[in-house]
Parts: sequence; C-alpha cells; structure tokens
Amino acid sequence: MPADVPADVPERADAALGVGVVVSDRYELDVNGTMREVDGAWLGETLLFVLRERLGLSGAKNACEQGECGSCSVLLDGVVVCACLVLAVDAVGSRIETVEGLTASGEVADIQRAFVESGAVQCGFCTPGFVVAVHDVLRRRPAAGDLEVREALSGNLCRCTGYGRILEAVRRVQQWRASGARE
Amino acid sequence: MRGALVAQPGTVDEAVAALAATPGAQLLAGGTDFCVEVNFGMRRPPAVVALRRVAELRRIEMTPSQAVIGACTTYADMGGEPLATAFPGLAAAARTVGSPQIRNAGTLGGNVATASPAGDTLPLLVALDARMRLRGPTGERTVSLSELVTGVKRTGIAPDEVLVDVVIDRRPGPQEFLKVGTRNAMVIAIASVAVVVDVESREVRVGLGSVAPVPLRARDAEAHAREAIDWDALSVGEAGAARFGELVASACAPITDHRSTAEYRRHAVQVIARRALERCVRRAC
Ligand SMILES: Cc1cc2nc3c(=O)[nH]c(=O)nc-3n(C[C@H](O)[C@H](O)[C@H](O)COP(=O)(O)OP(=O)(O)OC[C@H]3O[C@@H](n4cnc5c(N)ncnc54)[C@H](O)[C@@H]3O)c2cc1C
Ligand code: FES
Ligand code: FES
Repeated sequence: MPADVPADVPERADAALGVGVVVSDRYELDVNGTMREVDGAWLGETLLFVLRERLGLSGAKNACEQGECGSCSVLLDGVVVCACLVLAVDAVGSRIETVEGLTASGEVADIQRAFVESGAVQCGFCTPGFVVAVHDVLRRRPAAGDLEVREALSGNLCRCTGYGRILEAVRRVQQWRASGARE
Repeated sequence: MRGALVAQPGTVDEAVAALAATPGAQLLAGGTDFCVEVNFGMRRPPAVVALRRVAELRRIEMTPSQAVIGACTTYADMGGEPLATAFPGLAAAARTVGSPQIRNAGTLGGNVATASPAGDTLPLLVALDARMRLRGPTGERTVSLSELVTGVKRTGIAPDEVLVDVVIDRRPGPQEFLKVGTRNAMVIAIASVAVVVDVESREVRVGLGSVAPVPLRARDAEAHAREAIDWDALSVGEAGAARFGELVASACAPITDHRSTAEYRRHAVQVIARRALERCVRRAC
C-alpha cells in the first residue's frame, strides 16, 4: 500500500514510521470495491473533494463542507460518515462506498423507487445523501420505528420536501421489504 | 507541490514516534473538528499523524471502580453499553452530539483536545474529576481535565503528546446531562449541565458547559444539594431544587456571543440544572 516516499520527506520520519506511511500526493483508495489512484493531491483534500473532483464521482454532494447537511454521506468501512470531514488520504486502507456503488449493486433500488413514488425527490440535491443514510439505518434496523428513522436521518437536511415525503418513502421501503416485494 | 507525510500508526508508541519524527505533524482523529478547520482555511497541516487505526485507543475498559475510555472511542461507541449503565450521564451526552454521521466519526479525545466550551463530554468529565493520560517521547503523565483545559480551545497538550485515554471513577447512582440549543439535532450547546448523584458517598457533583471559558464545577450548588437531598428517600424538596438552580447560575461566567446572550445562558443553566437534579432524585411531596 504505501506509495514510494519522495525524497523531501524527512529521513528520520521515514525510518521511524516504516509501516503505514502514506504520501499525500499519490495514493490509492478502495472506492466501491475498485482501487482508484489519486495523483497530485494536496494533503488537506477531503474525501468529498477527491471523490467529486478527482475521481468523477459526483453522487455525494457538496453543500456545507462542515458536516451539517449530510448531502456528502458515504459509508467508510461500513459506517455512515460525512465525506467532507474525512481527510481523503486517511481513507487509504479503508473501504469507501458511495451512492454510485450502492446504486450499481442494486442494493438501494427500492429506496430510490420509493423516493420517486413518494415525491421525496424535489430539487434532488439532498437525495443521494438521504439514500445512503436510509440504506444505512434499514440495513441495521429493518423495522425501525418513526422516531428511530427520524433520529437516523437527523444529520441530513432537505430544504424542499419538509421531510414528510422522505419519511413516507422510508415506510414504503419497509413495507415492501417486510412483504418480500423487494425490487 | 510535493507530497506531505501522513502516518497511519497502528499503536500509540508508533503514533508518538511519528509525531516526534515529523516536524509540524498534527494529530487527526475523527476529523470532525480538524477537517472543518481545513475546509475553511483555518488549518493547513504540513503533515498528519492519523489515529483512526490505533486499536488500543478505541476501547472502553470497565473495572469495578473505574472506566478507562480510549481517546479514539467514538460517540457512537459511548452512547450504548457499557457506558449507558455505568455512566448514564456520559452516554447521554454522547447521544446528543451532532448527528449519526458526526457520532460515527467524532471521538472523546478530539472533544477534549478541541476544548471548546461547548464540548458536550466536558461537563461530565469535570464533574467526575476525570484523569487524562498523555504519552509523549519522554513517557506518560496523568492530569485532571481542569489542569489540561486552560482556556477557550486551549489545552496543555504538548505538540508531541498523544492523549491516550480518559479515566473516570464509577459513582453509583443517577446521572443526567442536559443541554440547551436551538433545535434537537445538531446543536452546539448554549448552556449545558451534568449532574452526578453518588448515592454511596452521598455527594452531588455538577459540571457546567458553555457558560464559562472552561468547563466548571458548581461547588456551592453541590454542597447545597448534599444537604437538601433526603438521602434515604432519594428525594429533594421544591425549595431545595430551586435554590440548587440559583446556585448553579451564580457559579457561571457566561458571555454574549452569536449563539446567545449571557443573561439567557445564566437563565437557561439555572432551569436545566434544576431539571437535571429533579430527574436524578424524586421530588419530595
Ligand atoms: C456538524 C457538527 C456537529 C457537531 N456537534 C457537536 C456537539 O453536539 N457537541 C460537541 O461537543 N461537539 C460537536 N462537534 C464537534 C466535534 O464533533 C467534537 O469536538 C469531536 O469530539 C471532535 O473529535 P474528532 O475525533 O473528530 O477530532 P478531530 O477533528 O480529528 O481533532 C480535533 C482536535 O483534537 C486533536 N486530537 C484528536 N485526538 C487527539 C489525541 N488522541 N491526542 C491529542 N490530540 C488529539 C487534533 O489534533 C485536533 O486538534 C460537532 C462537529 C460538527 C462538524
Ligand atoms: S457537505 Fe458534508 S455535511 Fe454538508
Ligand atoms: S429535495 Fe431539495 S433539498 Fe431535498
């Protein structure tokens, strides 16, 4: 995994660190099961920036860059986090799943359909983040009650729907999944 | 621009060595404070030592008398067992932080090291006289939270030190954490209070957040509560509870800022302190 350490990295550091050294301008990330090379990056780039601007994955949205809106939600080692608060280079060695990966695998197809059928997509900006967050909670707690769902989605903001339609979409998915009508 | 070094140590000793070997390197835990500062141009780290993979930093160890909580323990880890039973006030505080995304990433050590007056774990830690264990190139030292946090977002953590864990003593009895903010989710407290009622030693401990530059104890209120509580019935009278709120309010030194006025903070902390006490012990009829 460690990329070649360039000459200007202090020698002592190199020696002291040995394992687990990553150099911030060239590294590989495991995104949706594929190793993707990142080249020429700055240390301070977030995972959100790298996904969108370097790897062309624009599903995670950038709205606030301060963890407030959840539109950048991704799964990092299976846990939902804000990609805008992950230093991209610190994600080396971790499993990153974005909404694109979840979509391609069909895991969230019913969530997407429920959002459309419930009118939970209006401008759509918040939708990818919500899809990731809904996927996360229903995977852990398939029968989550209303309060639990609200709590699970409390890190995702929507300026259009007033949330009612989003909660309705979640209930729809729960009904489909409970009745085995998964699609 | 050439690459900067990012170390992903697997042990605390490796992290300390990496810090020592890399001039200017900064520690990164969950990134929920760190990355906001980077994103808004307030921090430009020349190198980073990332702690997320240091397994020994992410642990909760319970002994009959204490809990040892690793610095990289997340809020999600702290919100449930074993802390929910042993330290209900700390678990409650952890559950009020940010959102699920923030609680999955943000850590106890990051909260202490950031030392924001609004840090939600700090009122309980100060109430419990928590000890912070730090490791640096010359060895380990243990300090109390009040020694460590010296001002608004200022601590005595040296640039080459890693906060390893936080040690708190078990106190049998009810605990409560309450905070006031503008809504339920994602709230930075404008006033917060932790109340610990120790039914064995029959003492009450009170920690306050967001009402002074550093987390505070409310000693007069503690002494008053000790007397006001009927320990056999574990209850408190109306007048006793009200006086408790007043004494808590008089302990704080709030400021006016964009979140709240000083007057409102003082009022709010009085209300929530009384409420917290009344949730811990029954109201005497
Ligand atoms: C949207 C949002 C909501 C939030 N809501 C709350 C809230 O409700 N309550 C609250 O209290 N906080 C809140 N925060 C702030 C933040 O989540 C916490 O302070 C969190 O505990 C920081 O931990 P971290 O692991 O993310 O630290 P990082 O951001 O990784 O690091 C923060 C600082 O601590 C230092 N540091 C980290 N670990 C160590 C260590 N082991 N030893 C020495 N130094 C260390 C770092 O160098 C850095 O200076 C919120 C933040 C965001 C973005
Ligand atoms: S862009 Fe990450 S939470 Fe808003
Ligand atoms: S649909 Fe527009 S922000 Fe949610």
